[in-house]
Amino acid sequence: MSTITLRVNGRAHTVDVEPATPLLYILRNDLGLQGPRFGCGLGQCGACTVIVNGVAVRSCITPTSSVKGEVTTLEGLGGNGTLHPLQQAWIDEQVPQCGFCQNGQIMTAKAMLDKNPHPTDEQIRQGMAGILCRCMTYYRIQAAIKRAAGRNV
Amino acid sequence: MNIEKILLEHGATPSRREFLKTSGMLVVGVSAAAVVGPFVTGADAQGARGLYPDPDYHQLDSWIVIHEDNTATFYVGKTDCGQGTGTAFRQMMSDELDIAYKDTTCIMGTTDITVDQGGSGGSDAIQTDGWPMRRVAAEARRVLLDMGSQRLGVPAAGLAVSNAVITVKADPTKKVTYGELIGGKKFDVTLTGANIDATTGVAKVKPVQELRMVGQSPQRYDIPAKVDGSNKWAVDVKLPGMVHARNVKPPVAGATLVSVDESSVRSLPGFVKVVSKGNYVAVVFEREEQAIAGARQLKANWRKPADAPFPKSDDLFTYMRGATPTSKPAPTLVGNPDAAFAAAARVVEAEYEVPFQGHTAIGPAHATADPSNGQLTIYSNDMKSYGMRNGVAQFLGMPRERVRVVWMDGPQGYGRTAADDAGFEAAYIATELGRPVRMQWMRSEEQAWDTKGPAFVVKIRGALDAQGTLTALDYTARSCDYNHLGYNEPDTVLIAQLMGKRRAMPAAGNSAFPNEMYAIPHRRTALEVVGLPLIWETPLRTGNLRDPNGPQSTFAAESFIDEMAAAAKADPIEFRMRMLTAGNGDDNGFRRARSIAVLKAAAEKYGWQPRPAATGRRTGDILTGRGVSYTYRNQTIVAEIAEVEVNRRTGRVWVKRLVCAHDCGLVINPEGLRRTIEGGMLHSISRALFEEVAFDTEKVLSVDWVSHPTLTHLDAPAQIDVVLVNGDPNPNRPDLPHYGAGETSCKPMIAAVANAIFDATGVRLRRVPFRKERVLAALNAAKV
Repeated sequence: MSTITLRVNGRAHTVDVEPATPLLYILRNDLGLQGPRFGCGLGQCGACTVIVNGVAVRSCITPTSSVKGEVTTLEGLGGNGTLHPLQQAWIDEQVPQCGFCQNGQIMTAKAMLDKNPHPTDEQIRQGMAGILCRCMTYYRIQAAIKRAAGRNV
Repeated sequence: MNIEKILLEHGATPSRREFLKTSGMLVVGVSAAAVVGPFVTGADAQGARGLYPDPDYHQLDSWIVIHEDNTATFYVGKTDCGQGTGTAFRQMMSDELDIAYKDTTCIMGTTDITVDQGGSGGSDAIQTDGWPMRRVAAEARRVLLDMGSQRLGVPAAGLAVSNAVITVKADPTKKVTYGELIGGKKFDVTLTGANIDATTGVAKVKPVQELRMVGQSPQRYDIPAKVDGSNKWAVDVKLPGMVHARNVKPPVAGATLVSVDESSVRSLPGFVKVVSKGNYVAVVFEREEQAIAGARQLKANWRKPADAPFPKSDDLFTYMRGATPTSKPAPTLVGNPDAAFAAAARVVEAEYEVPFQGHTAIGPAHATADPSNGQLTIYSNDMKSYGMRNGVAQFLGMPRERVRVVWMDGPQGYGRTAADDAGFEAAYIATELGRPVRMQWMRSEEQAWDTKGPAFVVKIRGALDAQGTLTALDYTARSCDYNHLGYNEPDTVLIAQLMGKRRAMPAAGNSAFPNEMYAIPHRRTALEVVGLPLIWETPLRTGNLRDPNGPQSTFAAESFIDEMAAAAKADPIEFRMRMLTAGNGDDNGFRRARSIAVLKAAAEKYGWQPRPAATGRRTGDILTGRGVSYTYRNQTIVAEIAEVEVNRRTGRVWVKRLVCAHDCGLVINPEGLRRTIEGGMLHSISRALFEEVAFDTEKVLSVDWVSHPTLTHLDAPAQIDVVLVNGDPNPNRPDLPHYGAGETSCKPMIAAVANAIFDATGVRLRRVPFRKERVLAALNAAKV
């Protein structure tokens, strides 16, 4: 065990864990966050996605000791009790069915739009390709991303 | 649904607690959330504390609570898999109660505070369970009007009600609210009805023309918390003293546990226990990541079974054709098919194959169980929470009154998923340890051991006469479904199997016939079931998967109809329409007339120009085609058209455009319905293009998202048009029924894709899934 300090959603947290413990379990079980979720533990589905230093990463395969920058989770996306435009677009488009994967969808879309605010349809498909949804809400997710990017949908 | 939020708003306030105590209603405590329940027969606050009796569906108070602030909470016995049924229930019930939709909340599926409507299943939430909900809400309105009449001194006929305010028609300044009349009190009204679906009061439901919220599309109330991270899911339950469990599954099907070496994990950090009984093994650790490591490191010796438990997946269909059926009832005969085939101008024959396909939820199966105070609370997303409560009580030998299931949101699962199994496992380990236990499966377990939709081989012959009319159909469907698992059965759930607590007589399983209204004068329909060599303690166990067997049988039947249309050189829609319009008569639900309307609506929306299939020009690398398919499920009718692009260099199929015409009668929430239909269609496109459980002769090889691919963002259609049809010949009748939605849209989609691929390429694919390697091989073989 060792003491690790993490900055998550603007606050510092100190935890005493095995350094190799995947970030996901620290966020969920030690910090009590519910946005990132376990889907596969293999980095294949994206349900656990968080943003570290502006990059969407799979927290289920990220050793906690390797995390050096600010971590943003779904809970920290908005701010001061307001919704991020992507979250609002998700509500406007009524995207989720069960909703379990939508953390990864929203967080990945956020990192993508930060780098490319006006993606083409094909760029959206490619950028989101690794985030799985077993309710198959892809069509509405893509519509919500276009809406958040200011396109007419 | 966010139970905590709703209960904090409407249940767990101090004044509410005081009210419940003094009024004799049941108050129970939950570690994770303070849950208060509606009226329970015979319960008093002290005597019943801690017991979990059944809310009495014959009491109006079990369904509806009016609060002092003139709002209402509806308690219903359903669960929501993510289609927004709770929102629809609020629309229906607020209309009948005459209260503003925004002033209502809905609590679903927790066994000790909601009546038992069976949870989810069969796409029946609106179709079946919506009726008692409407009737009890109408009864509450009647009772409140009576109370208002007494309070205001005016006969009920002289009163008007709107948004939970009762007004004297002759003097609108005289009024009283529902909250003023009953907030803080019970209805104490007894309902009647032989079963819960028949529950009714004295009041009649409103004619459809007077419904206001029904037919509108309020946004789903559960979505904001699902996108801002505040929703509390079943995976999020944390209890004081809770430990984490992981299963250690047999390495091959049918293996016998010889020994477990607890010392291989005892010194690992956080070790709590190795649980082992029969062939069931699990490890328990203080922390989640420790449990995962412990399950991987536990040394156990297993003895393989003497005989191979199943053929490898490449040999499955050969095996199924050669197997002796476990059930083979006499075929159903209509007319004289033998004579029709003898007289045919042309006979066409084809066989279709669908492999085992899994639920493979995006989050693996999980549950948390709390054994405090000699009782048991299970926190689960299982869609049949009531069944889990009963099954677990039987499995553990506990009185039902000491077991309850708190239903919470979870990952997609449409049917008999491994959520059943995880609930029993958490319950068993929790009672063994005397501590709260959180059980979660790993991805490889979910892919391999989740219940499967049965594999099918369907053989069909058809006879065309000289005019190109389909005169006879000979259909034989053989499923691999012996020992089909029911829901939450204490003698078939996986932990029971592994412990040897299993029933003597396996379930017979089911095959399936096509559902259409075609006038085909001569038919022979045969349904057969076979089983694998090993039927217990195997990952290849079958259970209901979204519209059980419909996608398989409809793939075969509607592909074959397309083959017959091609043989008759007819347009696929005209060929179908001829068989629908040739029929006489109809059933009470006008299924035939509505089928015609739905097929026509789909063709119009698509802009379908009639021509026989596979007669377009084929140039370039991308071949485009269109395919249609139609079916019904109960009284819901659906026709779907897929437009595909087939890449003849790679074999990749992209379903570029979808049209669905859908008639489920009275629509409660059009926008919610559209999304439900879209999800159902895309789920079946994933089954059509990607999903197949692969296995060797002793274990499943599909263990993650690489070895078991699914539809991704790359495959999403560019355009989806859903047309909501109401083909009822008498749309103004006051009792216009609301039918089901969800599973129907899954049903015809695989065939529509196959038919579109044929139109694009001239190649008929009869084996699901149409992965690019298989498509490319077929194109090459046909020199396309």
